[in-house]
Amino acid sequence: MTLLDRHIAFLEALRAAGMPVSLSEDLDAVAALGLVGWGQRQQVHDTYAATLVKRQSQRETFDELFEIYFPRMVGEGFAAAAEPEGSRPARPADGPADLAAFTEELADALEADDLERLRQLASEAVGRFGSMPGRGPGMSSWSAYTTLRRLSTDELTLKLIEGLRRGGWTEEQAGRTAAKRVGSYQQMVEADARRRIAEEKGPDQIARITVRPTIDRLDFLSARRADLEALRREIYPLARRLATRLTQEKHARRRGPIDMRRTVRASISNGGVPLDVRLRPKRPHRTELVVLCDVSGSVANFASFTLMLVFALREQFGKVRAFTFVDDVHEVTDYFTPGSDMVDTMTRLADATSHAARFGRTNYGRAFGRFVEEHPDALGPKSSLLILGDARSNYSDLSLPTLRRMAASARHAWWLNPEARRNWDTGDSAASDYAAVVPMVECRNLTQLTEFVHDIL
Amino acid sequence: MAWFSSPSDATTRLATAGYLADAATATTSFLAGALEKPLLVEGPAGVGKTELAKAVSRATGADLVRLQCYEGLDEARALYEWNYKKQLLRIQAATDGQAWEETHDDIFSEEFLLTRPLLTAIRRDAPTVLLIDEVDKTDVEVEGLLLEVLSDFQVTIPELGTVAATRRPFVVLTSNASRELSEAVKRRCLYLHLDYPDTEREKEIVTSQVPDLDDKVATQLVTAVARLRDLELKKAPSIAESVDWARTLLALHIDDLDAKAIDDTLGVVLKHSSDTERAVRELKLR
Ligand SMILES: Nc1ncnc2c1ncn2[C@@H]1O[C@H](COP(=O)(O)OP(=O)(O)OP(=O)(O)O)[C@@H](O)[C@H]1O
Ligand SMILES: [Mg+2]
Repeated sequence: MTLLDRHIAFLEALRAAGMPVSLSEDLDAVAALGLVGWGQRQQVHDTYAATLVKRQSQRETFDELFEIYFPRMVGEGFAAAAEPEGSRPARPADGPADLAAFTEELADALEADDLERLRQLASEAVGRFGSMPGRGPGMSSWSAYTTLRRLSTDELTLKLIEGLRRGGWTEEQAGRTAAKRVGSYQQMVEADARRRIAEEKGPDQIARITVRPTIDRLDFLSARRADLEALRREIYPLARRLATRLTQEKHARRRGPIDMRRTVRASISNGGVPLDVRLRPKRPHRTELVVLCDVSGSVANFASFTLMLVFALREQFGKVRAFTFVDDVHEVTDYFTPGSDMVDTMTRLADATSHAARFGRTNYGRAFGRFVEEHPDALGPKSSLLILGDARSNYSDLSLPTLRRMAASARHAWWLNPEARRNWDTGDSAASDYAAVVPMVECRNLTQLTEFVHDIL
Repeated sequence: MAWFSSPSDATTRLATAGYLADAATATTSFLAGALEKPLLVEGPAGVGKTELAKAVSRATGADLVRLQCYEGLDEARALYEWNYKKQLLRIQAATDGQAWEETHDDIFSEEFLLTRPLLTAIRRDAPTVLLIDEVDKTDVEVEGLLLEVLSDFQVTIPELGTVAATRRPFVVLTSNASRELSEAVKRRCLYLHLDYPDTEREKEIVTSQVPDLDDKVATQLVTAVARLRDLELKKAPSIAESVDWARTLLALHIDDLDAKAIDDTLGVVLKHSSDTERAVRELKLR
């Protein structure tokens, strides 16, 4: 592959991953690379970043693809190439003793937080413990999963926590930091496995398969732990951007219909010619929102993000009440006191799931019934009902009439479903039945969520 | 004039101007000068976005022209405006014999033009750094104006004609990302995301600004700040706050930043009470 081919393929991969790289940006990148040259990998990286990535949320995707198209090394890299031919064993040293020695070294590097060393160790780990020999050339592969399982990352985390605590860290901080460092080491291992596979199979194929979408397009339901944290960090900035956008749009729409009386009165000073048209101010109408969320299993994340976002935008609504359910209903409005801490709120919300469960299996029908029973005053002509959930009710009675009554007593009703539309109605999903009563919207990621919240405000 | 001759030249000269840039910042600043493209710098508050523009001007000996953005900023404040009071006076002072044509030509001349930062920067002959600060605070219409100016570096004044830059200014736009700028503006800019520095660079920044701070305390301080930033606070401490903290510690003669010392001075770094509570709890300060 020539440099130009690689450049073109790289840009194609960025576009395929959802980054809008325009032709003019392409040309900027070429001009810029002409100035800094290809000599230093870091500079090539920074130059591409400056000319092509115009949004921080795309940065991670960009970095992953850069690693694939412009790998920091080939094969085992410089370290191995420096060893004299023949001194390396034919088979990677991956016996139990090797593993123990390697783990020891890794633990030290993790405690020292030595990034360069960790990166080397990530590559070495994949080379030694993650190879999956194939039957012929081009058939062998590399597995980050196998590598990480053999290294047993849980034990490494525990050991690291101990080490940090000995250094005077509190338990909570040590726990958080250890999880973060081990998590980032895992990502290095995954990146190195991708690099090696790309070497065998060509970068295009691997880029298509393994690169994850940007955080704002990441499915809530497939978010990993590290993603959840990243998503949570997005909520406040997102709410802030949304609020700014709403304020600006409101200003643009502020002018209401003509106020005849004031216009005529103002015309007196011009001898009756209505030069100055007076407009009636638009009465701001504020939505009162009642949110009802399924907090069972994997949908729980989706529910808590949506709740966090709604409450971060609380000033935009007249009033917000929130209820969670599994097969019983529990009001959580009070968890969102103004100025309260986001992490705490999330934790308390998760702990409160038990209040929303009676027998512990999701039962939408029962939950709706209990809602109407317990909170008959919650819905009124001024309120809008928002239901969050995947409509998977374990084949139980759906209580459609109850939901119909709820929807009828509210001003608006919407249902956000975090599942991809193609999965609706599969298995125990009662999506269509419920959608016939309350309009159902697919809401799989932050982008869709933002659009929805914007539109109802 | 070449602004910087290479990324490493940018590093060195920015450092001389008191700005410690990381590799990406240096490379991007070099490119902005060499490609004559505006540089959009985004990032959280207090990480040195504005300071970068000032440092470029100090490092290159160029003058700084600053356009501070705010909600309601308009063309008359950003680009130019006719000094209508003076024009009125001129019209009243016109002698009866003078033809209107003449007066007209007269009042739409240089003498009655009030230039605002964008026009000022374009018309200057000497090297200029144009800082368009907090561009996310403006309304969307101003972006249209910026787009025009930043694409061609020229401005058309109907009564006077087109003014084109004889020398393109080094343009830095800063944004807190409180809203997304339009794709069109972003396409015309190089982009740099500035984030909190790593502990090593932060220590350099702090000690360069507070040179009398004890080395041990400086290390303790940047470690503590890094830990605070890990806590998902509402308002994470910025570089400016690290520097303030350093000054405070120096003024109070604190030579060991232990839990008690942190607790006593935390108000300098954290601005929300829920953040303080969280820090006290997680760092076990009490
Ligand atoms: N790389 C650096 N080298 C030296 N000093 C720095 C650096 N980065 C930041 N600073 C210091 O931090 C202070 C705050 O920076 P600055 O005001 O530029 O932040 P900002 O990103 O523009 O923040 P805001 O978004 O609030 O406007 C500066 O006054 C400067 O002293
Ligand atoms: Mg600033």
